[in-house]
Amino acid sequence: MIAVQVIVGGLLLGAIYALFSSGLTLIWGMMNFINFAHGEFVMLGMYAALLVVVWLGGGPVTFGAAAAGALFALGAVIYLSLVRHVLRGPMLAQILSTFGLALLLRYAAFWWFSANYVSLPGNALSGTIAIGGIFIPVAQLVAGVAAIVLTLLLQLLLTRTLIGSALLAVAEDPGAAMLMGIRPDRIQALAWGLSAGSAGVAGALLATAYPWSPSVGETFGLIAFVVVAFGGFGSVLGSLYAGLIIGLIQAASAFWLGAIYKDVVVYALFVALLWLRPQGLMGKA
Amino acid sequence: MTRSSLWLAGAVAATVLGFAAPASAANPVRIGILWPLTGNAAAAGQASKAAVEVALDIINNPHPELANLPLAATGGLPNLGGAKIEITFVDHQGDPSTAQQLATRLVTQDKVHALMGAYQSSCSFTATAVAERHGVPFMVGESAALNITGRGFKWVFRGTPIASDYARTYMRFFAEMKGQGKKIESIAVVNENTDYGTSVSDAIEAEAKKSGVPVAIRIPYSASSTDVSAQVLQLKQRQPDVVIFISYTADAILYMKTMRNLDYRPPMVIGDDTGFSDPSFVPAVSDVAQGAMNRSAWDIGKPGSTTAKINEMYKAKTGRDLDDTSARNMQSFFALAEAIDRAGSTDPEKIRDALTKTDLKAEQLMMGYQGVKFDNTGQNVLAATYLIQLQGKQYQLVWPEATANAKLQWPMTGWTP
Repeated sequence: MIAVQVIVGGLLLGAIYALFSSGLTLIWGMMNFINFAHGEFVMLGMYAALLVVVWLGGGPVTFGAAAAGALFALGAVIYLSLVRHVLRGPMLAQILSTFGLALLLRYAAFWWFSANYVSLPGNALSGTIAIGGIFIPVAQLVAGVAAIVLTLLLQLLLTRTLIGSALLAVAEDPGAAMLMGIRPDRIQALAWGLSAGSAGVAGALLATAYPWSPSVGETFGLIAFVVVAFGGFGSVLGSLYAGLIIGLIQAASAFWLGAIYKDVVVYALFVALLWLRPQGLMGKA
Repeated sequence: MTRSSLWLAGAVAATVLGFAAPASAANPVRIGILWPLTGNAAAAGQASKAAVEVALDIINNPHPELANLPLAATGGLPNLGGAKIEITFVDHQGDPSTAQQLATRLVTQDKVHALMGAYQSSCSFTATAVAERHGVPFMVGESAALNITGRGFKWVFRGTPIASDYARTYMRFFAEMKGQGKKIESIAVVNENTDYGTSVSDAIEAEAKKSGVPVAIRIPYSASSTDVSAQVLQLKQRQPDVVIFISYTADAILYMKTMRNLDYRPPMVIGDDTGFSDPSFVPAVSDVAQGAMNRSAWDIGKPGSTTAKINEMYKAKTGRDLDDTSARNMQSFFALAEAIDRAGSTDPEKIRDALTKTDLKAEQLMMGYQGVKFDNTGQNVLAATYLIQLQGKQYQLVWPEATANAKLQWPMTGWTP
């Protein structure tokens, strides 16, 4: 029975990893652009949810949507004001620009929100349900299911819609895409909006279950990088599987081996996978 | 020598002295303080910074209403001609190597007369080594790991009680509870795995062994974990009677919430200060962790008491009550300032000498220690602690019974009404 509990917990955790990583895979995998500020987007999503709850009240749907909207806008603005310009620069400038952005967002949050840990006040998602002796926190269940649905929606958007095709076209060859009547700037701004928006919604969902402070982005950012590399660059489905697998491995190794070994196990498997399959689970070689 | 030349000499001397006295008063005493002002433990660092700023106000400006504290009644340090203390705060972000670099910078560039810090035991460990090498007195404010003192260092002093003091307190408490018929057949120790958590749980394990209390399971983990379900399930499987957490802030909150989520409620939870004393802990978990215990040497006390007045000053500054961690730092700062004043000099050797002769009585303190007196390793041998319990939206002092202001509730009720 306790084994089932461990597995359920691992999968729920993994689903959230998958959601905030899918936004990163969109930018990293498709545009060849490493966004070191992705964890900070998740952090800002958490604070956006808190501000909505404190200022306006409202339930999970309200603050989830608000966090998604706010971060979508922020993502697009960051593309248009910063990323677009550094794309013309050398690779190192690109890397350092989002690294600087990450620090700017993190320390702006320290200044604005202070370093204290905060949690969302009790809401419709507080509490826990028991099914046959298995305890499932409502917040994590909703977050997990929403994460899977949203990740799949993102996958459908990319593979089944005109917008998705345009995104892929721009990623493939901006020049050719422009000749086909696609405006790369608009499409890339949209991709940044989607990426940050999914991080925002993941942040809002995480906020229902975890206490946080402005430095939380560091932790989640690192996990996102591992999930994306594990799943395969540019594959949204890959990051879904990778998120679930990593969540499961963490939970299982923490329970049966001990909490201090879980990251060793995860990163050992990660390195082994990259050795055997450098493109990741679902990535194209 | 003629009478007039005597007059002249007198006048010259008076002029020199007359100008010299204010000139020396204008020479401030510089103290460098290392804390995590950003990063995971930033909340604790910022709270301690605010507390020491209150202490600075008490020392630098006359506060006759707090006259039982040394240096409160006067402005500045009387034995140094009323010199004020100036503090340089630096942020090591919880990183031991940064702490080491910053300590070096404070000594070599800022030329501070004394150092203090550094919250995380791992950071105190590296920063004190710098002080020792350069011969600058270092006051360890509240880090609990055993190995910070006891390395044969001459320049390191520690005002706070340490891991073994706390471990003995817990065992005395358990013995008394067993005497009252409570069942404590086994305990669990859950510790974050840096110097702080490891040394405190080592000390607890050692004392538990001496007192014949079996440790059912010890769970080390990393404080930056985003998920602690596996650890809670391990506890649930073993069913210990008391779980002791040696945790920082986010992890402490996460444990309490996860225990509720997985429906695990041991008869008693004891937090070893730190995360459980962080200003964000109680608001975050008061609905799920009723009856959780914690240690504290700080008690606000009755209205009008010195401690209550200090708390009011702190509250006016931060909007919060003073917590144990910040209060222990504040007390250590007072002890350091008192020694500097007694030294009557900013010469490091004289300050060190004064620190070794420190002998503060309980009534001269703001904390529940029996006094401040350093042994030859630099450890305060008169440090002690109370046990407190989360009841409603605040901690109440519940043990030892003689000083308690509320009745101990056993078992804890957690989230149940």
